[in-house]
Amino acid sequence: MGNLKEELKAKIIETLNLEDLTTADIADDDALFGDGLGLDSIDALELIVLMDKDYGIRLADPKEGRAIFTSIQTMADYIEKNRTK
Amino acid sequence: MKNCFINGISAISAQHTFEMDFLESVTINKTDNILSAIEPNYKSFIPPAAIRRMAKGIKMGVAASAQALQKADLEQVDAIITGTGMGCSQDSEKFLKNILDNDEQFLTPTSFIQSTHNTVAGQIAVRLGCKGYNFTYVNGAVSFESALLDACMQISSEEAKSVLVGGIDEYANHTFSLYKLIGLIKNEQDQPFSVLHSNSKGAVFSEGATFFALENIRKNSTCAEVMDIQIQNKLKSEQVADFISIFLAKNNLKTSDIDVVVLGNNGDVEFDNYFENAASHLAESVQVYYKHLSGEYNTASAFGLWVATNILQKQQIPDMIKINDLSKTTYKNVLLYNQYRGLDHSLVLLRAVE
Amino acid sequence: MKIAVTGMGIISALGTTVEENFDALKNRISGISDLENIDTIHRGVLKFGEIKLTNSDLANILKLQDNHSFSRTTLLGAYTAKQAVENAGITNINDYPTGLISSTSVGGMDKTEQYFYEYFDNPETRRFITSHDAGDVSHKIADILDIDGMVTTISTACSSAANAIMFGARLIASGQLKRVIVGGTDALSKFTINGFNTLMILTDAHNTPFDNNRKGLNLGEAAAYLVLESDEIVQTENRRVLAYLSGFGNANDAFHQTASSEDGEGAFLAMEKALKMAKISPEEIDYINVHGTATPNNDLSEGQAMLRIFGENVPLFSSTKPYTGHTLAAAAAIEAVFSILALRHNIVYPNLNFKQKMEEFDLIPTTEIVEKELNTVLSNSFGFGGNCSALIFPKS
Repeated sequence: MGNLKEELKAKIIETLNLEDLTTADIADDDALFGDGLGLDSIDALELIVLMDKDYGIRLADPKEGRAIFTSIQTMADYIEKNRTK
Repeated sequence: MKNCFINGISAISAQHTFEMDFLESVTINKTDNILSAIEPNYKSFIPPAAIRRMAKGIKMGVAASAQALQKADLEQVDAIITGTGMGCSQDSEKFLKNILDNDEQFLTPTSFIQSTHNTVAGQIAVRLGCKGYNFTYVNGAVSFESALLDACMQISSEEAKSVLVGGIDEYANHTFSLYKLIGLIKNEQDQPFSVLHSNSKGAVFSEGATFFALENIRKNSTCAEVMDIQIQNKLKSEQVADFISIFLAKNNLKTSDIDVVVLGNNGDVEFDNYFENAASHLAESVQVYYKHLSGEYNTASAFGLWVATNILQKQQIPDMIKINDLSKTTYKNVLLYNQYRGLDHSLVLLRAVE
Repeated sequence: MKIAVTGMGIISALGTTVEENFDALKNRISGISDLENIDTIHRGVLKFGEIKLTNSDLANILKLQDNHSFSRTTLLGAYTAKQAVENAGITNINDYPTGLISSTSVGGMDKTEQYFYEYFDNPETRRFITSHDAGDVSHKIADILDIDGMVTTISTACSSAANAIMFGARLIASGQLKRVIVGGTDALSKFTINGFNTLMILTDAHNTPFDNNRKGLNLGEAAAYLVLESDEIVQTENRRVLAYLSGFGNANDAFHQTASSEDGEGAFLAMEKALKMAKISPEEIDYINVHGTATPNNDLSEGQAMLRIFGENVPLFSSTKPYTGHTLAAAAAIEAVFSILALRHNIVYPNLNFKQKMEEFDLIPTTEIVEKELNTVLSNSFGFGGNCSALIFPKS
């Protein structure tokens, strides 16, 4: 699970082009959206595609993403349970 | 046009025009057929959360517009009008490549969203919180002049007191490769490149963003006044002289009243005869060119306006941009003429402010 | 100001002429169907407002040479602009100072995506390289119409054609031109189909604007042009006037690149500006042809803006996008044609597919054809980049 979290941090930095951050800068429980990392609705769509492409998880409704993408921890938990890749 | 004062200007180009004074530091290119714009440090203009999504053109546009506003001492404007010939090509190419390379799978929205032509104007509006009129013109080499015309109409009819106007185009890898393929960009073998006295086809291409803060009032920072603009889709080269004369007559001027003519020669031997005809028609004016500094792109004529504005403000013309050997004691009326491959002709008349 | 509209031309999923489009509208026949002309993984999954004519069909109608370099967007635009000019009864386009203000969002993308890699190996395809940009579409339409004067193009996503119409009107009002051909054109392309799909705002069913269960839009393709002429031409040439343009407004939401603000600020400001210019109060609007794309975001935002303008008295309104799909840059142009037809025939179109009102407010679109005297119609179009435009057409 630790590896997955580290992997997710690296992917998020790369996919969302967060040039100034390293994986060490993102705590497992940091809020990804709103006040924490400051991601927005376009980033949410990017993360939905990332989940499909890299973990084989398809979300039909973008609103489902809100709870899943709360933090690295919640993302990792969800992926562990539902991944097909 | 009435009371269209240029109160702030900014140019990001292949020269050090953003951080340095008018043509203080210039490199004249003879060997590269594509020039990249010299970029400022964007972080002082755009927060990291926004920068990360922006392709070069958008960053250039946001930074240049911010500097133009700063110079005009404005924090808000009534309207934002931009011109771009190719729009956000980098993002368009990226999205299209992903579609084709991945058979339409696993596509992400960011580059699609950023690819719409009015992204720069939209981003500036968000940044300023500007809810006013917001238009983007995309019509080859008159994209910028269309924006300028609209801006001056807004001010003349008193619909707006201040307008931010700009021209932006960015280099995009695939597009420029295609242009090389069909000879729009100079062939490497035709070096050394020269914009005047060229005997090869095509032009040296580049990219840039040039912005102007226009207001209906004069200020300490006022550089020049825009008097009139004319756009014409198509002309034969022998019609250029009449095109100019009719425009000048409309403004109660004769060719001898034009102190400086700024021409968009780009070194394409097939089409520079348009500019030669314009120059002969205005033989008594100081003739100036600029695309040897800026390179060619659809909105390069905005850089030409930046040059013209500087000439009027400083009442000086550096030798490196002169075509002929004339000079005058004062520069009052400046005419700009541009066209691209026989289409998209434009005339802009500028006047000095006392 | 009142600028006369003296000619119209249109092509959409509803038909290739003004009459065909009107027939379909009156008879509740939607043009949304399965895709035939484009090879995409979304064929058979998503539905579109596709024009069934192929590029060859269009080229034949325009009598183009075999080695033409017209993209589909240009073919649609040229076909309709010609139709509009003929409809106005113009025999010599250069008898008065005339310009073309066109609009497009995709330009020649349909060809660019077809030949993206092939250009390098196949010289025969290279004539399409320069047909990619928006300006080329307008250059070619200008050529077909024989307009050498002022030609330019606006590209502000889904409000583009409204903005072209506005700018054309202002050119006449300021005396710079006496006649302007204004409108927009956009063809379907894999680029836009996939682009909108990544935003998750496309529906695989028929779009249901202002419905509580709406799931998104159907993309469409279309082109439409209006001929705007000065009073001098109308009188001298004894023109039949189809309608007038008396007010318009463009404003920016300044909120987000693609989403609209919840209180519909940009939309509100655009409608407010248009009413002010037309010098009328909201009560004088008889029908609103809304933008109504059926995305969760737009309809909420537009609805709030309408309530802010009209209060308790929102006039009859409907979206015609269930008929044609969302035709992007051309949307405002085809909807201008529909608005003018509504005025001339005193008819309000139904908002097809509507079942349940949105829970956020009490706005219910017209669901039947309503025959009613219409004197003034408002048409809304909102695009990415927060670009919001409103047009007001009075009958006289």
